[in-house]
Amino acid sequence: MKDDVLRVRNLTQRFGHGEHAMTALDDVSLEVRRGETLGLVGESGSGKSTLARAILLMRRPTAGSIEFDGDDVTGLRGRALRRHRRRIQMVFQDPNDSLDPRFSIGRSVAEPLVAGGMPADERRMRVYEALDQVGIPTDAVNRYPHEFSGGQRQRIAIARAMAAEPEFIVLDEPTSALDVSVQAQVLNLLVRLQEQTGVTYLFITHNLAVVHHIAHRVAVMHGGRVVEEGTGAQVMTAPQHPYTQGLLASMPVLYRT
Amino acid sequence: MSTDTDALRVEGLTIAYGSAPPSVTDVSLRVRKGEIVGVIGESGSGKSSVALAMMGLLPDSATVTADTMSVAGSEMSDATEGDWGQVRGVRASMVFQEPMSALNPCMRIGAQIAEVLLIHGVADKSTARTKALDILRLVQMPDAERRMSYYPHQLSGGQRQRVVIAIAVAADPTLLVADEPTTALDVTVQAQILDLIRSLRDETGMGVLFISHDLGVIGQLCERIAVMYRGRIVEYGSAQRILDDPQHPYTRALLESIPRPSVPVRSPLAVIPADNDFDEVPAVLEEAS
Repeated sequence: MKDDVLRVRNLTQRFGHGEHAMTALDDVSLEVRRGETLGLVGESGSGKSTLARAILLMRRPTAGSIEFDGDDVTGLRGRALRRHRRRIQMVFQDPNDSLDPRFSIGRSVAEPLVAGGMPADERRMRVYEALDQVGIPTDAVNRYPHEFSGGQRQRIAIARAMAAEPEFIVLDEPTSALDVSVQAQVLNLLVRLQEQTGVTYLFITHNLAVVHHIAHRVAVMHGGRVVEEGTGAQVMTAPQHPYTQGLLASMPVLYRT
Repeated sequence: MSTDTDALRVEGLTIAYGSAPPSVTDVSLRVRKGEIVGVIGESGSGKSSVALAMMGLLPDSATVTADTMSVAGSEMSDATEGDWGQVRGVRASMVFQEPMSALNPCMRIGAQIAEVLLIHGVADKSTARTKALDILRLVQMPDAERRMSYYPHQLSGGQRQRVVIAIAVAADPTLLVADEPTTALDVTVQAQILDLIRSLRDETGMGVLFISHDLGVIGQLCERIAVMYRGRIVEYGSAQRILDDPQHPYTRALLESIPRPSVPVRSPLAVIPADNDFDEVPAVLEEAS
């Protein structure tokens, strides 16, 4: 389909050799449509974070390919790779992974723009805009990460990801370390930003209720494979794969109703 | 008044660190033998301070006052460290979130359980190993006999938490305090550990005080729930009633902030306003019957 922004084709990632060899990704294929949120759910060791790293071209896959916007980007190098990377941003579980404690938040948010060669005055405007979008007062640009709460820091990390106006953001457990009332703020923010900008999300989490809420479609990973795909409602009300059925049965009733 | 059916009874518990305003104010809780009571709260609510106070594990900088603090049948409100030594690990035990911090990485798990049995005088040298194996079976460790000789790093996260629970219940305590024991685990493993805690309660008749930030987990396991917010219990009652019909505005906001299938997909979730007046709303305390 021509509105797929990302296509992962038969991706396999093996680590180690001989008897220590393990297959982290086993022939994974999936598509993400432009402007949608694909929720990728799985437990520890399911391969979900390895898949995220492969999509961000942080490691060359053993086999298979990644197409972005119709182009095969699997083998990109040098300048072409750097140019491609500006189009994809990442938000981690721990906002401290993208905010340097020695940098003011303004400097951290501006960093991807510096890398993109944006002139200084334009950059300043864009940083203000990005902070404003996530509800951080713009007069806080000169403050440091430790002066903010965990939820505010995650919003600043999201502002940093949004600043370069990427087409695609990989969110790796962005709310897993947050209190549930703070998680609600961040989920509301992510939905609003997507509606405003049309950005595409790959939302990775272990929490099926969270992806059911935020994602247009859900893919369930287990043992390096995508074992089930569908809308959140399909996956949660009529799971087809035994693993998904087991996962659902393990969830507290509150999150299933 | 504490009765001999109580595993825990605390009234008017206040905890202050240094000269700061109290981080726990006037908390009263009761856990009967054979009952699982949950304390739910977000970061900074004071729930972990309450858990530590029940075990006499707060740092010296903490000032703890209580009208009554009956832990496994002993009045501990003025207890010395020596008094706590008689109770802790024997009649009241605690399980934490991170099993690796409770286990000795250099010691086989069978020996670790046996050591606890010897220290508490539950077994002697000739019976410690057999008794340790019994307890490892009690916590449903798969292939328990072989795993006796494993080191903690050879076990999965869920199996490690089983060992920690085995050590906690080794001396057959009256009260188990569990502080976020499943938070670091995958949801399928979490379900197994919750089942284990329930079945141990059924078998031993101990009371369980279960601390968590996760209302789903608390609702699944506990008969009664105390909701903590800013150091106070704002709502207390049966788990069913609190989940179905929360009365305090904080409890309501907390429930409505949770993404669940009954909430329309991608609709805004409730957020707790920064300038809320939840502090001023009287607590809703359903009398424990």
